Amino acid sequence: MTVSFKGKTPSRRAFLKGAAAAGGTLAGAGAAHAAGDPEITELQPWMQQLGDGVDVAPYGKPSEYEAHVQRRTVEWLTADPVSSINFTPLHELDGIITPNGLCFERHHSGTAHIDPAKHRLMINGLVDTPLVFNMADLMRFPRENHVYFLECAANSGMEWRGAQLNGCQFTHGMIHNVMYTGVKLKYLLEEAGVKTNGKWIMPEGADAAAMTRSIPMEKALDDCLVVWKMNGEALRPEQGYPLRLVVPGWEGNMWVKWLRRIEVGDEPWHHREETSKYTDLLSDGTARRFTWEMDAKSVITSPSPQAPILHGKGPTVLTGLAWSGRGTIPRVDVTIDGGKTWHEARMSGPSLDKSMHRFYFEFDWDGGELLLQSRAHDSTGYVQPTKDELREYRGTNSIYHNNGIQTWYVNKNGEAENVEVS
Amino acid sequence: MSKFLNVLTASAVAASVLATPVMAEKLGLGRPASDDEIAAWDIDIRPDGQGLPEGSGSVMDGEDLYMDQCSVCHGVFGEAEGRWPVLAGGDGSLSDDRPVKTIGSYWPYLSTVWDYVHRAMPFGDAQSLSNDEVYAITAYLMYLNYLVEDDFVLSKENFLEVRMPNEENFFMDDRADAELVAFAKSEVCMSDCKDNVEITARAAIVDVTPEDADAREARAARLGVDVSEGDEEASATEEEGAEEAAASTTAEGAEQELDMALVAEGEKVFKRCAACHQVGEGAKDRVGPVLNGVMDAPFGHVEGFRYSKGLLDMADEGMVWTEENMAEFLKKPRGYIKRTKMSFAGLRKDEEIAAVIEYLKSFPE
Repeated sequence: MTVSFKGKTPSRRAFLKGAAAAGGTLAGAGAAHAAGDPEITELQPWMQQLGDGVDVAPYGKPSEYEAHVQRRTVEWLTADPVSSINFTPLHELDGIITPNGLCFERHHSGTAHIDPAKHRLMINGLVDTPLVFNMADLMRFPRENHVYFLECAANSGMEWRGAQLNGCQFTHGMIHNVMYTGVKLKYLLEEAGVKTNGKWIMPEGADAAAMTRSIPMEKALDDCLVVWKMNGEALRPEQGYPLRLVVPGWEGNMWVKWLRRIEVGDEPWHHREETSKYTDLLSDGTARRFTWEMDAKSVITSPSPQAPILHGKGPTVLTGLAWSGRGTIPRVDVTIDGGKTWHEARMSGPSLDKSMHRFYFEFDWDGGELLLQSRAHDSTGYVQPTKDELREYRGTNSIYHNNGIQTWYVNKNGEAENVEVS
Repeated sequence: MSKFLNVLTASAVAASVLATPVMAEKLGLGRPASDDEIAAWDIDIRPDGQGLPEGSGSVMDGEDLYMDQCSVCHGVFGEAEGRWPVLAGGDGSLSDDRPVKTIGSYWPYLSTVWDYVHRAMPFGDAQSLSNDEVYAITAYLMYLNYLVEDDFVLSKENFLEVRMPNEENFFMDDRADAELVAFAKSEVCMSDCKDNVEITARAAIVDVTPEDADAREARAARLGVDVSEGDEEASATEEEGAEEAAASTTAEGAEQELDMALVAEGEKVFKRCAACHQVGEGAKDRVGPVLNGVMDAPFGHVEGFRYSKGLLDMADEGMVWTEENMAEFLKKPRGYIKRTKMSFAGLRKDEEIAAVIEYLKSFPE
């Protein structure tokens, strides 16, 4: 195992040296080059014939060569696709923004399809004046734009007892990161006038699950948003069209979709999703409740089991994502030898509060076996723990909030597998 | 009007001076909610009893309701079918290697049961239960968890006397005192951190990941790399099979002469069936059997599906799913087949029934 340079600033010289060494492995391209690459020497259809006119696809789609880039489910996880989960294909994405059509889905009674003209948002409970807003009313409040990650608390929940699913889509894909446009929840609550004993809110969905969660007033007045746009366009139905709650940095289950009502109360409601679910059972049989914040976490998205190294030895780009519900990610470390030696990765792209961050580490792969890991540091000084460090506190029954360090084993063929290491 | 102008002026000033919206006064948007509107939506219940309506229900009544409406997913004894939630049992298992979290073993408050059954159950027919029925089902779930005897009646009056066994074992998130302290590190090891690294667990051995060779090959092909390996034969066989299936579907479809407008109507109505039944390519048995080819098939034709005894008795009599029989069944399932497992009240409109039947006819195999 050789590492010819560290990740912070990729050295061009090292890269070129690696490319020369790798010439043999890229046999196809090399041979074609010697004889004259037919992709260059021969006229291709698209170089000669006319392409599609405008409006062939009034709402554009990805290239047909990207058709395999899709959300996918794991059938055995749930009883029925109507109350189920699918996963964002993180291994196919780059940068920090998740395209709307690839944001993972989690519904409890299927995707509701709601006519926005018939949608209402009610605020009631401990307020001076219970109010009803329609969509047009909401769009007259001052708007804000924020990029936030939404992570399901059960992301990586299948991995507590050991490496189980083979692919970062399945181990870490219950997450997405988009720019939201909407109004601060604070403004809506102030419009109704929260009474002094109003300490909690309870958002409720309009779908057949009528999802409810209790949220402390402090958070509601801090940074929660009521939004109708994601990445500039209307929310997708599966993300709560026409209206959803955004609870930055906190577990995805609280971001109530198809938001129709917010009740203000003096006590939490202890409803189904915050008692029987989304509580963290510890090994002694007691359980934590109200574990809202998402701990700092990272994952290498490539190479990974679904994104093996296909190019042989030589210059290799390792990349991944990191995020924290408590702030930003100033630093990510990576190792390619299972944690003997760590390198500071290169962060690239915007560093936004409670948003995904993109990191890279370029290295010269010698064609030997690799054990890849990434370790996130967040702006509070928290360092992502190993899975074993986490198990010391949580045991293996808690399902939720598994943010332990992920390991990918890469064999000599470049194929990757989900493993755990000592 | 003057208020409106004031607001505009205030916003304009705020925007120019602070470049951030200041909500010094209310915008006057929205309208007051009426009492009837609040009553229609504010149905939530809290552990202190806030929101509980008048009413009562017995274990005995709850048993009938549960058998009809709940047991198809949650099992006759709350043990659950497939991966639907287990509702009973698991007593004392919370510190086991495989804990069973049920209403009796885990849920801290009974109000949660009442609230959830009322707002979201039965699955696919939410808010169809009366208050008394919710009390009765809640009482029966207590009985299934050995919390009460079979003569118990739950009501608004005695609701707050109930304490759930596991209430005391929940505590507020304490990560800030434990993990956040331990995992906040000013320095981390960067080199010579370990002498030796061993692989201790492997996902490939567990082998539970859905395989998608097509996606893997498409991904590599995009980079000009061929990763398909020796499985051409298998995929060729699959393709042939698919082609055959496609061919036979076309042939049968041509014979039937379907009313496609009615099929489209039926597809919409079928959404109410889709919580339990799948139909079409790749359809599988769920809570209910797969419905491909059900029209004109004998009763109980899906091999391996656990039909109710009532349906199997009718199958023994040689019953066939003719349009007439299907229409009668869909009108009133429990009236047509004694103790059918299908917990669906029935389709009220004849047009809906005709549409669903036409839709089912469009899946001859």
